[in-house]
Amino acid sequence: MTKLAKLSLAAIALIGMSATAGTLEDVKKQGFVKCGIDGGLPGFSEILSGGVYKGMDVDGCRAVAVAALGDASKVKYISLNAKERLAALQSGEIDILVRNTTWTETRDTSLGLNFAAVNYYDGQGFMIRKDLGAKSALELDGASVCLQTGTTTEMNVADYFRANNMKYKTVAYDTNDQVVQSYDNGRCDILTSDASQLYGLRTKLKDPKAHIVLPEIISKEPLGPVVRQGDDAWFNIVKWSFNAMVAAEEAGITSANADSMLKSTNPTVKRILGVEGKMGANLGLSADFAYQIIKQVGNYGEVFERNVGTSTPLNIERGLNALWTKGGLQYSPPFR
Amino acid sequence: MMRALRNQKVRGILFQLLTVIGLVAFLWYIGSNTISNIEQRGIRTGFDFLTGTAGFGIDETPIVYNETSTHGRVFLVGLANTLIIGFVGILLSTIFGLFIGVLRLSNNWLIKKLAAAYIDIFRNIPVLLQILFWYNIFVKTFPSPRQSIEIFAGVFISNRGLYMPQPSLNATTISVIVSIFIAIIGIIFLNKWANKQKENTGKDFPVFLISIGTIITLPIIAYFMSGANFAFDYPVLKGFNFRGGKTISPEFLALTFALVIYTATFIAEAVRSGIEAVSKGQKEAAASIGLTEYQALKFVVLPQAIRIAIPPTINQYLNLIKNSSLAAAIGYPEIVTVFAGTSLNQVGQAIEIIAMTMLVYLTISLVVSAILNWFNHKMKIKER
Repeated sequence: MTKLAKLSLAAIALIGMSATAGTLEDVKKQGFVKCGIDGGLPGFSEILSGGVYKGMDVDGCRAVAVAALGDASKVKYISLNAKERLAALQSGEIDILVRNTTWTETRDTSLGLNFAAVNYYDGQGFMIRKDLGAKSALELDGASVCLQTGTTTEMNVADYFRANNMKYKTVAYDTNDQVVQSYDNGRCDILTSDASQLYGLRTKLKDPKAHIVLPEIISKEPLGPVVRQGDDAWFNIVKWSFNAMVAAEEAGITSANADSMLKSTNPTVKRILGVEGKMGANLGLSADFAYQIIKQVGNYGEVFERNVGTSTPLNIERGLNALWTKGGLQYSPPFR
Repeated sequence: MMRALRNQKVRGILFQLLTVIGLVAFLWYIGSNTISNIEQRGIRTGFDFLTGTAGFGIDETPIVYNETSTHGRVFLVGLANTLIIGFVGILLSTIFGLFIGVLRLSNNWLIKKLAAAYIDIFRNIPVLLQILFWYNIFVKTFPSPRQSIEIFAGVFISNRGLYMPQPSLNATTISVIVSIFIAIIGIIFLNKWANKQKENTGKDFPVFLISIGTIITLPIIAYFMSGANFAFDYPVLKGFNFRGGKTISPEFLALTFALVIYTATFIAEAVRSGIEAVSKGQKEAAASIGLTEYQALKFVVLPQAIRIAIPPTINQYLNLIKNSSLAAAIGYPEIVTVFAGTSLNQVGQAIEIIAMTMLVYLTISLVVSAILNWFNHKMKIKER
């Protein structure tokens, strides 16, 4: 009954919640940001030995904590599975959800949520055992597919196989760990998930080299931080905390050179770092909020390379996540 | 006024009234608070989502379902799977529990101790762990479909499940199935008649032997009369997996196995306590009027033992049904997995979906306990 009980609790939390002054005030009062993450996904949010959290999503939480409280360590991480995450945010159990959550129309509208940014442009892919000999996803007729329930993944697989007139069988588990274990034990021929996750999950297999990721990407999965509807001030803070990291990369500001850049004569750099203009005040934050984010967390490129880039075991190219100036999609509206 | 308050009866009614008013006010407060909060957050409410297209696949569908079916259909598929696991689980755990419970009272030291050890071990391990344990054992132990083991002609086992030939629905199959039903109904009536006969004349009628004979011969006669033509749809290895035939998934097998192994321990204990609760004097009295040991068990001990064992067994049936929701961990598509899982995530209306799911368990449990309470009532000692 535990799963049902957990979900029921989330539902009950929705019943009992009362109106609040505003998320920023609440966060200041409690002294930390309650951030919903996955917690078991290498590169995005994982718990290292010693209780240290690491990943792209974790850095998203840290950036918001810097903006709101001036300190990247003032985050309380709450690990959520795919089923619990949206209810946890709706009910106010967390202040922000950064859990590789796909931005879809339904979630953005009828669920009472707002997607503040896209911190990773992803797409769904397939992983398969090399010795099965499939070179393309179109050769997967009749295969059984392991995936995580409560995700957009389930719909995409159904759409893809139907569109290509192929048969399939899905086995949907609650947690990514059970998905990996069952796939590794041979319960399924294919493991499907967002491509970024496939690389991370592959490192958890007994023999990662015996598996390949097929070239097809079957869906669009823009992943990003989510907040509740109805608190525009908080929505703006989350949005611009993320934009600050992208803008910093565009302007060439890094955590290493942020201090010397304070003396830059470039007006764009000056505005980002809060030397000039009222960017911080507009958001109800300190003038140097972006400087602090860059200093404590880093710019978008640094965050990417540190967590999922080519120097990490995940070994992911920037691809769609390169800056717009380099052929990617990452683009910050101007700090002006 | 004060005098009225001093009256115990009036005071009692007053407090009951206050409690009811308080409870209603509390529920009303929660309800209106929820609705206004949900509206404020801009979350959609209502049951419109049930007619929306589900768009995802489900592996085991006892009723017709495909990706274009609605979320309402998903609810029914989940419900059907929950009922199937409940029915199979209750049936098997009753048989197994009875068996173990009797062994537990055996005079053979080894058998007695083995049964006790089994009960003590499996009763005391959380059932979720047992489900995960058996599931992972199953998937790890059996080979992949391409190397699957053929148990006997047409029946294969692999880590994707148990594959069996499925009889096609033709005249022979249908007549055999119908004849089995007729045999069962006949046996029930025969039993009733024999009981009455015995009450009137005191003579025993060999019901058991005749029943066995009926249930074997009637289908055989039906088989030959309808053309003796069984046709099967055999599972065949094609591409990645077997196609055709009937597949029983490892999720179903592991879940059933774990629930039966777990629940049977409690039923065995209920059976044992029932038998032990019948006082020794009853057995001795039965012996003194010349009943054999078997007759004493059948006519004196068991009828009394069953009465004691029924109430705790009802609880175990209810537990089994509720425990089946743990299937979410291994992906068996019962109602919590597909409806309170996938559908919930697609439409995001947690309160409606969780409420419906809870209502399902409440209804199933109330129906089961109503049936068994009726049975319990029927079995009660009729004092004359």
